[in-house]
Amino acid sequence: MKISNTPHPPSKLRRRFIKGLITLPATVLLSTMVFAAPPTAEVNTTGLAVTDDTVKVGILHSITGTMAISETGSVQAEKLAIEQINAMGGILGRQIEYTQEDGASDWPTFAEKSKKLLVKDKVAAVFGCWTSASRKAVLPIFEQYNGMLYYPTFYEGLEQSPNVIYTGQEATQQIIAGIDWVVKNKGAKKFFLLGSDYIWPRTSNKIARKHIEKLGLKVVGEEYYPLGHTQFNSVINKIKLKKPDVIYAIVVGGSNVAFYKQLKAAGIDMTKEKPLVLTISVTEDEILGIGGENIVGAYAAMKYFQSLTNDNNEAFVKAFKKRWGDDIVIGDVTQAAYLGPWLWKAAVEKAGSFDIDKIRKASPGLELTTAPEGYVRIHPNHHLWSKTRIGHARSDGQYDIVFETDELIEPDPFPKGYQ
Amino acid sequence: MFSEYSMTELTSIFAMQGFAGLLLFSVFVLMALGLAIIFGQMGVINMAHGEFMILGAYVTYLTSLFFSNYLPSLFGGYFFVAMILAFIATFTLGAFVEWAMIRHLYKRPLDTLLATWGLSLILQQTYRTVFGAREVGVTLPDWLMGSYAITDLIEVPINGIFVMVLTLFITFCVYLLMQKSKLGKQTRAVVQNRAMAGAVGINTEKVDRYTFGIGCGIAGVAGSAFTMIGSTGPTSGQLYIVDTFLVVVFGGASNLLGTVAAAFTISQAQSTMEFFLSGSSAKVLTLLTVVIILMLRPQGLFTLKIRR
Amino acid sequence: MSFTGLRALLPKHDLRALLILAAIIIIVMPLFLDIFRLNLVGKYLTYAFVALGLVLCWGLGGILSLGQGVFFGLGGYCMAMFLKLEASSPEQTAIQSTPGIPDFMDWNQLTELPWFWEPFHSLSFTLLAVIAVPALFAFIIGVAMFKRRVGGVYFAIITQAIAAILTILIIGQQGYTGGVNGITDLRTLLGWDIRTNSAQYILYFINAILLFACLLAAQVIRKSKLGRLLVAMREREDRVRFSGYDVANFKIFVFCIAAVFSAIGGAMFTLQVGFMSPSFVGIVPSIEMVIYCAVGGRLSIFGAIYGTLLVNWAKTIFSESFPELWLFAMGALFIGVVMAFPNGLADLYQSYALPWLKKQRLRLPARLGGVKTPQKTTK
Repeated sequence: MKISNTPHPPSKLRRRFIKGLITLPATVLLSTMVFAAPPTAEVNTTGLAVTDDTVKVGILHSITGTMAISETGSVQAEKLAIEQINAMGGILGRQIEYTQEDGASDWPTFAEKSKKLLVKDKVAAVFGCWTSASRKAVLPIFEQYNGMLYYPTFYEGLEQSPNVIYTGQEATQQIIAGIDWVVKNKGAKKFFLLGSDYIWPRTSNKIARKHIEKLGLKVVGEEYYPLGHTQFNSVINKIKLKKPDVIYAIVVGGSNVAFYKQLKAAGIDMTKEKPLVLTISVTEDEILGIGGENIVGAYAAMKYFQSLTNDNNEAFVKAFKKRWGDDIVIGDVTQAAYLGPWLWKAAVEKAGSFDIDKIRKASPGLELTTAPEGYVRIHPNHHLWSKTRIGHARSDGQYDIVFETDELIEPDPFPKGYQ
Repeated sequence: MFSEYSMTELTSIFAMQGFAGLLLFSVFVLMALGLAIIFGQMGVINMAHGEFMILGAYVTYLTSLFFSNYLPSLFGGYFFVAMILAFIATFTLGAFVEWAMIRHLYKRPLDTLLATWGLSLILQQTYRTVFGAREVGVTLPDWLMGSYAITDLIEVPINGIFVMVLTLFITFCVYLLMQKSKLGKQTRAVVQNRAMAGAVGINTEKVDRYTFGIGCGIAGVAGSAFTMIGSTGPTSGQLYIVDTFLVVVFGGASNLLGTVAAAFTISQAQSTMEFFLSGSSAKVLTLLTVVIILMLRPQGLFTLKIRR
Repeated sequence: MSFTGLRALLPKHDLRALLILAAIIIIVMPLFLDIFRLNLVGKYLTYAFVALGLVLCWGLGGILSLGQGVFFGLGGYCMAMFLKLEASSPEQTAIQSTPGIPDFMDWNQLTELPWFWEPFHSLSFTLLAVIAVPALFAFIIGVAMFKRRVGGVYFAIITQAIAAILTILIIGQQGYTGGVNGITDLRTLLGWDIRTNSAQYILYFINAILLFACLLAAQVIRKSKLGRLLVAMREREDRVRFSGYDVANFKIFVFCIAAVFSAIGGAMFTLQVGFMSPSFVGIVPSIEMVIYCAVGGRLSIFGAIYGTLLVNWAKTIFSESFPELWLFAMGALFIGVVMAFPNGLADLYQSYALPWLKKQRLRLPARLGGVKTPQKTTK
């Protein structure tokens, strides 16, 4: 160590010494804690893949096929969380090992792989799935073999399984506050609902329509296009004719890119907000493909944006970029996927066991104060309490957060009056 | 169906939909021309056609990156360079594939389907490894963005016009190439009678290689143009393949003019129906109509009277 | 059937191949694989039905259909509709706004069961529908196409378009079909839980037996006059026509048979995997199934089954060990097979393994009985 010529070198030294003294007992304490990891027989009574110093989990996402575009971010987030937990000493003194399987964007493959993870690998938890279809395909398997799935995507709701923890929002958490906001702040009266043709956009639009009609406002059009559709000029013409105040867009995947590029080319300038575009399907990840300049001015209702300012998120974004490269962006689902391993860790530690049944019992009411999105809590219905935030798209592919609900919104997968 | 719109609105609808249809028509023609050469002239079922398009799109992406980093002053013109590079890249890959694979399969057209399907899997995974699984966004030069407003309802996107002009240009080039140039005449000679063509001194192998390469090259240019209106990702190419084959078959495979006419019919039908029905049912109806017409007229809309 | 009849149907080498295959599927697999892997093999074998149908219509008849997934899907959906109705009793669906209808209908605001779902309350109707619906559909397509002499590449592309149409329809009409998710969470068949290990064993054997039944049916067709006519048509259609045969009828027949095989496979898939999804109806799975058949050998009914098992097993193993590389391996396999072994593994066996085996046997003159030259196979 080099002593510099600063005015009070000794005091600095002393401070370090004192610091060292303080950390010493902490280190001892930590190491005794590691040594005192509870015996495997105690924490694992159901034959999961837990040894004295490791525990195995599964990651199940599509890394090939059409869905790889969306699911890559989730895989990265889950791996990062696992590595961070391991660096902190693991769970109950055990390092987490993951087995990654490829769902290949094919639902039967998801079913096959989830069965493999549960039956062959005996994993203690699975982080994975993205589309509703893949979740529906694996759900019976998780229920039959009593596994635990942490599912990251915002989805249509209408489901509540004892074997799934939903770390994304169910539909009402994303929709209602968003619509209220445009009605209140932008004076929106006429809505045009647009979506890709499958269950999530249809259910979400159904909830949106009910809510809009409850407010005494009008839906002037509702349209669905097949997944992967790339020609939106006709619907854009329709939008121009119907002159809605808000285009409520739930277009997904590659179609997204085509839709926003064509919308912009057709002379609908989203920054003028005439009409305004409100979406619940475009995260920062999707903007990479769309191009920021093509979507600037649109609003998105999510629970998380990369630009969120709080200490948790700053640390998270920094760690994520350090692990996966500076160019990377983080979307809503990626953050929700990051919560999975942490919520599981919290549940295991609260239960003092890896047993699925004990984790299930420990999960409701569990809090996470370190979540990048802020404080979250697990509801007895296995969904998360979370806020709704509105982001305003910038041309650099990020969102400015223009609104956030004051309170956490209660998850309600079977909303009364919206079915 | 019509009652909810006023007369002026109806006029605008038809004008706008006509234009949307023209745009769709250009897209179809761009997709199908390359395939019309490869499939129609050579009888090769190239299932990797979509992947060749995406190669063109990725080349465009790389070019745009290069220009924005090293030649920002010339960014406005990068698209033309990109299209030429896309053509060269896909032409080279196409010619290589022809040499390595296709030339061994001319006698077994259905097998080209399987082999090129394998090729498409390999290409997709290559894109995924090289460019990542996420889609890439291609930045357009400013002059290609925006639109002209004719009335307050009718607006004409500039990149749409660009795609149309490009389509006309390429169609014209292909027409000249196939009908007037030496290579075109040789190609047609080889297609009609390989043995005789060889006997009169045409280097059939070379002709095959160039023809396949040009077909792929046009796909590359199409892919380059599609970065303006669609997505660029490892699997984006698959979205186009069924439509493309239908257009070519519907037009009567061995007839380039037929391909253009088929593209026109299908695109106008689809865009008109899309306006009055929902998107999904319009698509189903269009495909169904095409299939039924093909059942009634198996050889497509325009064709020489031959039975195989 | 008399002994000579049997001998004509199953010449010695075919009988041997059949016995070996039966030994592998019925004895070796269940003995050496645990239930998880065995269930996977069972799933692969359901694709083998499709490959078998393709041997008949593509290998023998030269009709390449890129829409076999349609029939696989139709069979599977018929079975899934029955199982779904059973899983949606009013007690089990009490939380829905309309109890007693499948959950996805409730989510899509349907308040009563659509009429075409009603008959699927009956198992016997369902079993009939599994066969009849795809057969009828294939018949309509067949009549429309073959009577107008659409063939070869055109037929392939049109069937591909039909697969695309049906996929969009199923996905678009999600209130009636379950949409992209498909029909999921199927549990019992007449009260018998199909998800237990014992049920999976039983279903595996039922599947195997049905496969062998189809195999024998295919062999009967192959050895019959129809089979020879199909080969003749594949080689020179006009000459067969000029000889006074109605070519179209034979094509329609064999296309329908292939459709029925696929549909049986689809129904068994639903039973063993527990759900059915539109991802089987589309173009990609249809082409993949053609490739199983090509890898095994488009001319060999046994080859098709081995091909299906091999490709799927490779896919599973590859995607477990090298998830990022398996597409490369698959692509290379397809190209390799098409380029180097156009008639697949069966050809490899015929031209390399068999002569080698024969040579080995000739070296053992002690076994005098075994030196008979096998008859040349009719390809």
